[in-house]
Amino acid sequence: MAALEHIPQSGSVREEVLDNGLRVLIQSVHTAPLATVWCWYRVGSRDEIPGQTGVSHWVEHMNFKGTTNIPRDQIKGIIEKYGGYWNGYTWIDQTTYTETATSDALDRMLFIEAERMRSCLYDPGDCESERTVIISELQGGENDPEQLLDQELTATAFRAHSYRHPTIGWLSDLQTMTRDDLYSHYRRFYAPNNATLVIVGDVHAGDAMREVVKHFDKLESSDVARRACTVEPEQLGERRMTISKEGTTAYLKIGFHAPEVKHRDFMPLLVLDAVLSGAKGVNLWASFRTAPPQRSARLYQALVNSGLASAVSGGLLPTQDPFLYTISVTATEGVSLDRVEEVAIRELERVRVNGISAQELQKAKNQLRARLVFENDSITNIAHQLGFFETIASWQIYPTLSKHIEAVTIEEVGRVAADRLKPTSRTVGRFEPVR
Amino acid sequence: MSGLAPTREVLASGVTVLAKRTSTTPAVTLIANIRAGSVRDTARDQGLAHFVSRTIDRGTDRHSADELAEQLDNRGVTLSTSVNRHLLSLSCTCLVEDVDDVLRLVAEIVTQPAFPSNEVDRRRGEIITLIRQDEDNPAAVAGETLMSMLYGTVHPYGRRLRGTIDSVERVDRQTLQHFHSTYCVPTGLSLAVVGDIDPARAIDAARSVFDDWSGATVAEVTDTPMPSKAGRQCRVVSMMNKSQTDIAYGFATIARQDASYHAYSLMNNILGQYSLGGRLGDSIREQQGMAYYVYSSLEANLMPGPLVIRAGVSPANVNRAIASIDTELRKLVESGPTEQELIESKQYLSGSMPRTLETNMGIATYLQTVEFFALGLDYDVRLPDLLRSVTHEQVHQAASRAIDPEHATIVVAGPFEGTLA
Repeated sequence: MAALEHIPQSGSVREEVLDNGLRVLIQSVHTAPLATVWCWYRVGSRDEIPGQTGVSHWVEHMNFKGTTNIPRDQIKGIIEKYGGYWNGYTWIDQTTYTETATSDALDRMLFIEAERMRSCLYDPGDCESERTVIISELQGGENDPEQLLDQELTATAFRAHSYRHPTIGWLSDLQTMTRDDLYSHYRRFYAPNNATLVIVGDVHAGDAMREVVKHFDKLESSDVARRACTVEPEQLGERRMTISKEGTTAYLKIGFHAPEVKHRDFMPLLVLDAVLSGAKGVNLWASFRTAPPQRSARLYQALVNSGLASAVSGGLLPTQDPFLYTISVTATEGVSLDRVEEVAIRELERVRVNGISAQELQKAKNQLRARLVFENDSITNIAHQLGFFETIASWQIYPTLSKHIEAVTIEEVGRVAADRLKPTSRTVGRFEPVR
Repeated sequence: MSGLAPTREVLASGVTVLAKRTSTTPAVTLIANIRAGSVRDTARDQGLAHFVSRTIDRGTDRHSADELAEQLDNRGVTLSTSVNRHLLSLSCTCLVEDVDDVLRLVAEIVTQPAFPSNEVDRRRGEIITLIRQDEDNPAAVAGETLMSMLYGTVHPYGRRLRGTIDSVERVDRQTLQHFHSTYCVPTGLSLAVVGDIDPARAIDAARSVFDDWSGATVAEVTDTPMPSKAGRQCRVVSMMNKSQTDIAYGFATIARQDASYHAYSLMNNILGQYSLGGRLGDSIREQQGMAYYVYSSLEANLMPGPLVIRAGVSPANVNRAIASIDTELRKLVESGPTEQELIESKQYLSGSMPRTLETNMGIATYLQTVEFFALGLDYDVRLPDLLRSVTHEQVHQAASRAIDPEHATIVVAGPFEGTLA
């Protein structure tokens, strides 16, 4: 039987920091002839100021458009030649780039990431052309009522912290930002001392480290000076918002202020979420591709099995600063949103007042234990988790997740439910279709 | 190179088992595919196979829906059910220690579903909500309208997978039971078991839960005639409450068993897949900045499936984007691919196999594809040679056979009220 050996233990990850500040994490996994590289930057939409919302995401797009040593028309094919896959994403706390290919492509993957770190071109014509691509991405998101509701709810729940604006940015900023805005953001945040490079796969750690030094050692660090975000003041009463827009289906979303990953309440809240809506795991890249085991969960029983809703989900992700715990509900055709909201709130109040049972605690732990195994089934996922946790706190949290989940007590879940699900901390968002 | 080398066995009951041992994680992935897809729906009962997929796991002769849920949830297992044109699928991943219990539950669900009336009514509400959500989704509207125009309403590929609100309202417990007893039969089931379990033990476990199952073999639906088609057909579905317009542009092409499949596959990769959307991505996204997404897909199936081009664009760019698609298609038909493009796409499609086969779910999905299209257990080993042997001329011919902008079918759904040029 396979052991849990591929969920890294502290000793199985080689960690080094180059003189220029680049943190390097390497784990050898020899189950397939593949290697993955993820290069992470501590910059996301939290680092943006009014007038430049969406700049981190736009910069991510520009960093696929040619470098000093990789002409724009020669990017295509470098990784594909090895049957490889590449991508990137930007979220609230981080921006990241990845390649997964056969392990003989490691040198090329590192070459690309070293180029991307300091040598991207930002051709003015390319910046203009990408402006409309990004506006198209924003408009595609607006086509989805649930995405629209999520954006509006987040903006309502946060008044001060920069988590309040969407990662893609507000439209007027996307229409007015300049090439220089993009390039300044890039030069400020893309430096080895603001990055973590993760390599996992069929590699020898020593050889891989030598490759890293070859490609990255000469890159100069810079004064990143990441801004401190305004601390979100305590919410003093329920907030409500409604989107009235033409559509066919009604949606409800309820948000509560949630703890950051390092907070002692995070793991109990993860367990509480499993009790309410089924365990998702904690992998932004992979967890949400498979529905949670949720049919016996409280909110599923109360809302979906009663016929009031066609779907319910909970959302809690590890973040650097306190973000949100959300419950999203799709009302069944013909059911009033008032009724859906009434039952959802009733269930949340029930758990806030009475806590959970020992049986529920054990089931939630079983689910989370299984999900942690399932979401570590590829080198891409393992490397993602190492880098993701390092960007928001420390990669060392990742190997200890199961231990921390196992240690959660029924009392802790009860206390967290009482503290975190208070009506005064609640933001209720409704999408009411106008027909 | 020995390749994946899976084990395949047909049990006495007629069930086919595909097994492969891996040791990446202490987990096992199960996929049960049943030849009970939407091609089994009649024109009157559109959406019936989909309705079965939403209710088959909601109670058996031995366990209620809540009891099943409790048993699966306790183990952290999500049993996903889905349906496509030809297959009804149940899939899940469980810890290796739970595999016998989970396989027993999956077998019970496949062979003895009870379709309790209260569950049928609840799921009907969910399905109607899904249909209403689709009606408000330009991407779904464009895709479904394109298929109905390409295939008509007689051909099963032209029908909506989820049916209509009217057809779903008509479904009752007896209809579901009849569908299940007719089409969910042992010879129609293939079970993939991939993970940290010895293949012989996986096959024994499958035998122990499926051996008593019986049912008459049903022929596959493969010979529905295609509707005749004349000229270029365009349709606009105006959805003025939306921000972005979705384009679906396509042709009916070949079946997966067609000898020229790999030439078509390479042609599709060059046209709208390679790197960031092939030639279409280069032109429409990278050079003209018109779309966040643009790509093509080849859905060769048991019957001739479509080559579909999809793009999401601003309403102001609809005609420009369609003109660019026309231009790229004409260039490919006139000149074929470049030698460099062909080499690159061959390298990519061959080289991506280890990635495809990295995870248990990836392997199980691949094994089911191999079984469904009878590609042979050594297909992963033969694929590089199959691709290598495709000539430039064959890819050029595939483009000429598949593509003709003068006979394209084009659907635009979104905030657009103009006419298509």
